Amino acid sequence: MSEQSMTVFLIQKTIMVLSTFGGVMLVVALTTLIERRVAGFIQDRYGPNRVGWFGILQPAADGLKNFLKEETMPAAAAQPYFVMGPIISLAPALVTFAVVPFAAPLPTPWGVVEMIVADVPIGILYILALSSLGVYGIVMGGWASNNKFSFLGGLRASAQMVSYEVALGLAVVAVIMMAGNVTLTEMVWQQQQLGFWFAFPISLAFILFVISAFAETSRMPFDMPEAESELVGGFHTEYSGMKYAMYPMGEYSHMLTSSALMATLFFGGWDIPFWTGDNAFLFHGEWIKGFTESGVPMAAELAWWKTLFTFVAFGLKTYFFMIVYIWVRWTVPRFRYDQIMQLGWKVMLPTALAYVMVVAATILTLDQLGVAYGFTFGLVMTVVSAICTGLFLLVLDRGRTLGGAAVGARVRFMEEREAQEKAALTSGD
Amino acid sequence: MPPTVKVVRRPEGAKTSYLRATLKGMALTFKHMVNPNKVTLQYPEERPELSPRWRGTHRMEVHADGRPKCVACGLCPTVCPSNCIRLVGGEDDQGNRYPIVYEIDEFRCIFCGMCQEVCPVEAIHVGVHFENAEYTRERFVYDLDRLMEQDHPSALLWDPSDPRSE
Repeated sequence: MSEQSMTVFLIQKTIMVLSTFGGVMLVVALTTLIERRVAGFIQDRYGPNRVGWFGILQPAADGLKNFLKEETMPAAAAQPYFVMGPIISLAPALVTFAVVPFAAPLPTPWGVVEMIVADVPIGILYILALSSLGVYGIVMGGWASNNKFSFLGGLRASAQMVSYEVALGLAVVAVIMMAGNVTLTEMVWQQQQLGFWFAFPISLAFILFVISAFAETSRMPFDMPEAESELVGGFHTEYSGMKYAMYPMGEYSHMLTSSALMATLFFGGWDIPFWTGDNAFLFHGEWIKGFTESGVPMAAELAWWKTLFTFVAFGLKTYFFMIVYIWVRWTVPRFRYDQIMQLGWKVMLPTALAYVMVVAATILTLDQLGVAYGFTFGLVMTVVSAICTGLFLLVLDRGRTLGGAAVGARVRFMEEREAQEKAALTSGD
Repeated sequence: MPPTVKVVRRPEGAKTSYLRATLKGMALTFKHMVNPNKVTLQYPEERPELSPRWRGTHRMEVHADGRPKCVACGLCPTVCPSNCIRLVGGEDDQGNRYPIVYEIDEFRCIFCGMCQEVCPVEAIHVGVHFENAEYTRERFVYDLDRLMEQDHPSALLWDPSDPRSE
């Protein structure tokens, strides 16, 4: 970095910012199409296949339509907030992508270019801070619309975000403990060093993260804020035209960012599995690919084709989670509101807290026993986490965890009444 | 609660399953996602197969010399339940009756096909046809020329001896 002149740095970052922004918007546009196509396939339909080859121009047609549509402004709406809502909802979802590394560093004649917009030292904290700002857009839009349904949607959004942010944060704490750092580049590096993707040594954190991320993006089982069958359209009932389109855009870019996070935090980011040739990390100003037995750093072998392949690996991993988002959306029905709160506060939060303790204790024990950060370390963590995950899934599958507060009480009431009836019958004879 | 109400209790404990049931559902949707059994008809390219007894918009049969087969007997406007046929009959030099005005308002028509059933000379028919879009409402009143121009197949009458057209 130091030998690069300011001009090179500026040009490089400008290209990086523009291409990342363009790429994200492109993927978001394509995802709206893929979502509708996949929904069609799942429901034995075709989905939109008329505009262009396989309907590839459908997002462009949708965009054009939204631009040309009339923008309605409810007479009783609070105008400034009504306009700000969609912007606030879209912007944080886009800027969070800045700290996600999406490929191995690229060697160029002007120095090595990191494939990340901004490798800020606070990494994941920046994401946690900004991604939850998106909910303000939803709350603001819901409140400013001056509509009961919108308002309810906004309220639900805020309650849901607050509830699941906690579990999300605690799941990330487990990752931070494993990686020992908060920057995403280092998290990728530590996964390469460990030889295990974090999805295995801290599997429960991954599951908690996925559930919370679904809630955070308010995607299907958690799409309380929208809930079209009960709240008309929820927070965006009163929106039309491009202002409306910015909400789905925000939702999809949020999905993309959280998919990228799932890939980066738990599936090795741009790491290509079973191959150490792509490892690269900026260690005291030198690009290294690892350490020798005696702890001497080895210089990384960077190449443009490695950048390309790691980018493909990252894209595949990220898009896999996007497809999972879509797949889940068209499979499961929506939770009831009290079930969401129940799951968030009574299941996710205690589990996440307990799991953080377990992970911390295991890491501490392994450190005290002098187990080096490597295969054995990962294996022990995997076994411990697998037990935790198994227990969690067993409880989640069996219990009344999702039944809602009323179910237990109702069953007890029914049993009591039955007993009374039986008693009345026998005494009557 | 009246005694006739049957209460089905929600299963509890070991009998309930949320994750397994969800995973089962996911497996089902995945099967359809990768191997969809698409039932949608790709309409402009693929045409629906209409029944031979399909009753669509009308057509008038013509003689070889281009005259309509209609003899203006007045049975179809009489039998028409929605009163959508307007017929003014005339007579030529040889005493043959022919329609001077014959109009069918396809908006009023309920496509019962009774005009076709009642026609003594098999002149008016309902047709095996469904694409009727027009730019103006007036175009839906088919006059005699229009009825004679229609070239889609005529509907098959219901045959009581072969009720299922087999």
